Amino acid sequence: MTEDEVAARLRSGMTVGIGGWGSRRKPMSLVRAILRSGLRDLTIVSYGGPDVGLLCAAGKVKRLVYGFVSLDSIPLEPHFRAARESGAVDVTEYDEGMLQWALYAASLRLPFLPTRAGLGSDVIRLNPELRTVTSPYADGEELLAVPALPLDAALIHLNRADAAGNAQFLGPDLYFDDLFATAAEHAYASCERIVPTGELLAEGGLASLRIHRWMIEGVVESPNGAHFTSCAPDYERDEEFQRDYAAAAADPVTWASFSAAYLRGSEADYQRAVAARGAASAAARAAARAERQ
Amino acid sequence: MSSAPAIAATRAEVCAVACAEAWRGDGEIVASPFGVIPAIGARLARATFAPDLLLSDGESTFVAGCLPLGEPPDGPAEGWVPFRSVFDILAAGKRHVMMGPSQIDQFGNVNISAIGDFARPARQLIGMRGAPGNTVNHPTSYWVPRHQPRTFVPRVDVISGVGYDSAAAAGPAASRFHELRRVVTNLAVLDFRSPDHAMRLASVHPGVSVADVVAGTGFELAIDGDVPPTRMPTHEELRLIREVIDPRGLRYREVP
Repeated sequence: MTEDEVAARLRSGMTVGIGGWGSRRKPMSLVRAILRSGLRDLTIVSYGGPDVGLLCAAGKVKRLVYGFVSLDSIPLEPHFRAARESGAVDVTEYDEGMLQWALYAASLRLPFLPTRAGLGSDVIRLNPELRTVTSPYADGEELLAVPALPLDAALIHLNRADAAGNAQFLGPDLYFDDLFATAAEHAYASCERIVPTGELLAEGGLASLRIHRWMIEGVVESPNGAHFTSCAPDYERDEEFQRDYAAAAADPVTWASFSAAYLRGSEADYQRAVAARGAASAAARAAARAERQ
Repeated sequence: MSSAPAIAATRAEVCAVACAEAWRGDGEIVASPFGVIPAIGARLARATFAPDLLLSDGESTFVAGCLPLGEPPDGPAEGWVPFRSVFDILAAGKRHVMMGPSQIDQFGNVNISAIGDFARPARQLIGMRGAPGNTVNHPTSYWVPRHQPRTFVPRVDVISGVGYDSAAAAGPAASRFHELRRVVTNLAVLDFRSPDHAMRLASVHPGVSVADVVAGTGFELAIDGDVPPTRMPTHEELRLIREVIDPRGLRYREVP
């Protein structure tokens, strides 16, 4: 599939989960496809990073469900902050472990999972639909019942996949990509490279094959598709680009020119602009080096 | 006859040792520091009086050795700890986290979520993150690099990390594993060892007066009798901080 074909399978008003964590291994090319689409009023579920920020800035979001939104090396996501501070989006802010439980319950087709996390905090005051459950056993503990959070669709980005949807993480952490996929009615995986099934074990061990074809409805080959978030070991976060993104986001005028430079065209246009920028800054560095010598 | 020379430690070094002390006696658990000074403290604790602590490289690996800040880990990997494992470990109680609050109140409720009315905040922060789960599952300490009334508030705008009063009000399941160990700031060490678990001034750093701490705190602190000074680093601790753990002086970015 292509990114735009994935976006075409989504509908306005859907609940869409996005894998990765903060500014790490986000399915950014799929997010960019949503930015280009006519989709709106989405409920976005995410351990949030620039995916959340970009979708908020483009006015695609009705509700956010998250434990945090951060760019990691830059603690606060500027577009997310602006959306919250202007009251542009509704939110369900959970403890990050509660979010895992919500996705896990949906994955297991259970109505809820009990946890201690959230008790005594304002998660309960701010989400009055939450209920507690009393243990039927001798302990009688009253715990928070985190409701299942079924997703209409999930978007994840992995390092490798085969054409059938068996996908592989080669970096240090799967994050919760498997739970996003299994909590979803329809899950789509982009990847750095599609390889023959027989080559999946060439770069990682059996335990890295955690996304299975039964979970995945479509695969998109999207080299550099997580840019500017990290996709180790294929590439690290593009910190320079992220800094420019965050700086541009702080002001409507600079954001308009950033959008024009990177977000108006196709994914191929985006990747060309990123490559040209990389070449330009490499040349600038080389020139600065030459000057010093 | 001359006595041993007095130890000259900077405020940042006193703070790092005060953070290290948070993990004293914790045994074989995961120390999760957030911030530079807490990170120095956790490494220092393991290098000295708390050798069984587990420390992550900040990504997904438990690493042995002394872990210089800002450098690749110098010890061997001893375990894989993706975020999912961290969540399991915290629910098992085998962890002691030190987080950085934007607001903290008298009973240790902490806000890292939003300033102002949550529905439309004056300033959105990072979000609840793991604070609700951390605080009701295992020991939690806090690090505040600037002790000021804006941070030490009578009432936090949003309760992300659960304080003693909130845990008690929420019932036994919330209180069962709840423990706030200490709050270290650039001025003092505070804890909750008062009859009603209100924040208590445990020690003031050398050169700081009790009045300085009171002036920086927006609520009434429990103060019993003479407040002792925070202990000074030992020569060995200073050597470890300066030569091994933080030779680049990153600590001075948090406490100049």
